[in-house]
Amino acid sequence: MEHGSFQDESQATFSLTDEDHTLANSLRYILNQDPRVTFCGYSIPHPSDARVNIRVQTTGDPARDVLKDSCQDLMLVCQHVRSTVDQAVMEFKSKQGVELMKIK
Amino acid sequence: MKEQKTTKVPVWDLPDVPKGKLPPHLQLQRTRVLCTFDAPTHTESIQYSGAYAAMGVDNSLRLEEFRNNFRVEVIKLTEDDMEFDMIGIDAALANAFRRILIAELPTMAIEKVLVANNTSVIQDEVLAHRLGLIPLKVDPRLFNYMIENDEPNEKNTIVFKLHARCERGSPRIKVTTNELKWLPNGSELILSTEKPTQDSTSKTKTYTSFNCRQDTLPEFLDNPIVPKHDDILIAKLGPGQYVRNFATPLVNETSTNEASAISFTFPCMIESPHVSSNDTFSFGGFIKLAGAVGSGKNEGLNVMGTSGSVGMEIELEAHAVKGVGKTHAKWSPVATAWYRMLPEVVLLQDIEDGMAEELFKKCPVGVFDIEDIGKGSLIVFDQFIDRQLGRKRATVARPRSCTLCRECIRGDDWDKLLSLRRVKDHFIFTIESTGALPPEILFTEAVQILEEKCERVISELS
Repeated sequence: MEHGSFQDESQATFSLTDEDHTLANSLRYILNQDPRVTFCGYSIPHPSDARVNIRVQTTGDPARDVLKDSCQDLMLVCQHVRSTVDQAVMEFKSKQGVELMKIK
Repeated sequence: MKEQKTTKVPVWDLPDVPKGKLPPHLQLQRTRVLCTFDAPTHTESIQYSGAYAAMGVDNSLRLEEFRNNFRVEVIKLTEDDMEFDMIGIDAALANAFRRILIAELPTMAIEKVLVANNTSVIQDEVLAHRLGLIPLKVDPRLFNYMIENDEPNEKNTIVFKLHARCERGSPRIKVTTNELKWLPNGSELILSTEKPTQDSTSKTKTYTSFNCRQDTLPEFLDNPIVPKHDDILIAKLGPGQYVRNFATPLVNETSTNEASAISFTFPCMIESPHVSSNDTFSFGGFIKLAGAVGSGKNEGLNVMGTSGSVGMEIELEAHAVKGVGKTHAKWSPVATAWYRMLPEVVLLQDIEDGMAEELFKKCPVGVFDIEDIGKGSLIVFDQFIDRQLGRKRATVARPRSCTLCRECIRGDDWDKLLSLRRVKDHFIFTIESTGALPPEILFTEAVQILEEKCERVISELS
């Protein structure tokens, strides 16, 4: 849910339901790294409601697009993390296997 | 004579400030947490892309740079534990992974317990609570969530049976998870339907409606579903006891009708061999409890002494469903998962001789090592030279095992000699799985769940 203005698309508050610090902090980190963003932050209005408000202010681009780009960046980062961890685990397992063979 | 006006040189052009890179003290602030004696400083990560714009340094996240700098090193990997290093990632992401590992990865755990008989000293609800916390060795990805008003079927429920009994005369027995038997065909307890005139040839309705046996599915053909550990103590059952005393209904003198008499039920056999017949009444078998007759009169029960049950028995059926740790901690797939930043211990000055020995002894985990300097090059012909040979120096040998107890900077002026720091983008992750899934798969699933959350946000926005 976006709370913004039709006149000025560069700033908006996005209210996400069923979310908490897990996604909001990661999104805020990625948003901050984007050079188009002048301000971004998140707040949790009440801890009992699972709702997060993410505020984005940009240098002119519509805030929704910037948020979408950041989500996509976060997905790419996660994919890269996953593949690197899988590779490292495989290497470790094969190294362990080689050592076991050596002992045998 | 007039002095030449000194030309103003912008500070960025001064020879010792490298352009495009941060000066070393700012780089230190940006990448290290300084753990001083009072509190850590510079703990926040400078994420704003324009933070160092005035210096001409771009702080933004370039995906390419991230890809090049990100590294993972696995230190330890066993069936249940994993320790690995993630270098080049930020605390926000590391914490997101940790939170998902603890709270949002699904597992199977016992949720509903249908108690047919429980005459043990463990109450029903305590028993059910304990059963819920037992970790089950089953891959939760093979099952679906049970939605409300859904029939429990073979795709969303696992049924276990527990039947334990302690006979009269035998010593106290321990009921362990060994006795929890998997029922691949579903529940065996029959649902009592309201219409007893049902066709006797129709299938008797139980508490679950399995369409096929669970062990015909290929995943369970060779590995039956069992709890992860078969020696977890669920309950202890004792044998029956003799009841020395008796229980009398205490009835007010004024009430003589049967309605105010209280009787009570418990399965027991009461034998009072030492009590004479005129002050007890011995009764055997079952006595019915007719509810609390509270009509204001002074009625009560005078139970003098404890009653033991004959052969404590537990007979129950437990249904396990899929859930996440957010709802209840029994569904958390990790015993716990945590991370810490890599500690860095830097000697600001050379520490020698007596101080080096002191430092070496101070550290409880052995971060420091004594190194001899001046080895081998001096010829011993004099006792004076002999002393010089013994010069020692302290070095940092194992900074990774530092627990930040700050014992090394305690005392006067030690914090000018040593600097305790943490590297902000190097995380040492430890994952301890409870057994449902191996830890590396848990981590991969956690990252996948974060991706799914992003996808959900993107689809909401479009």
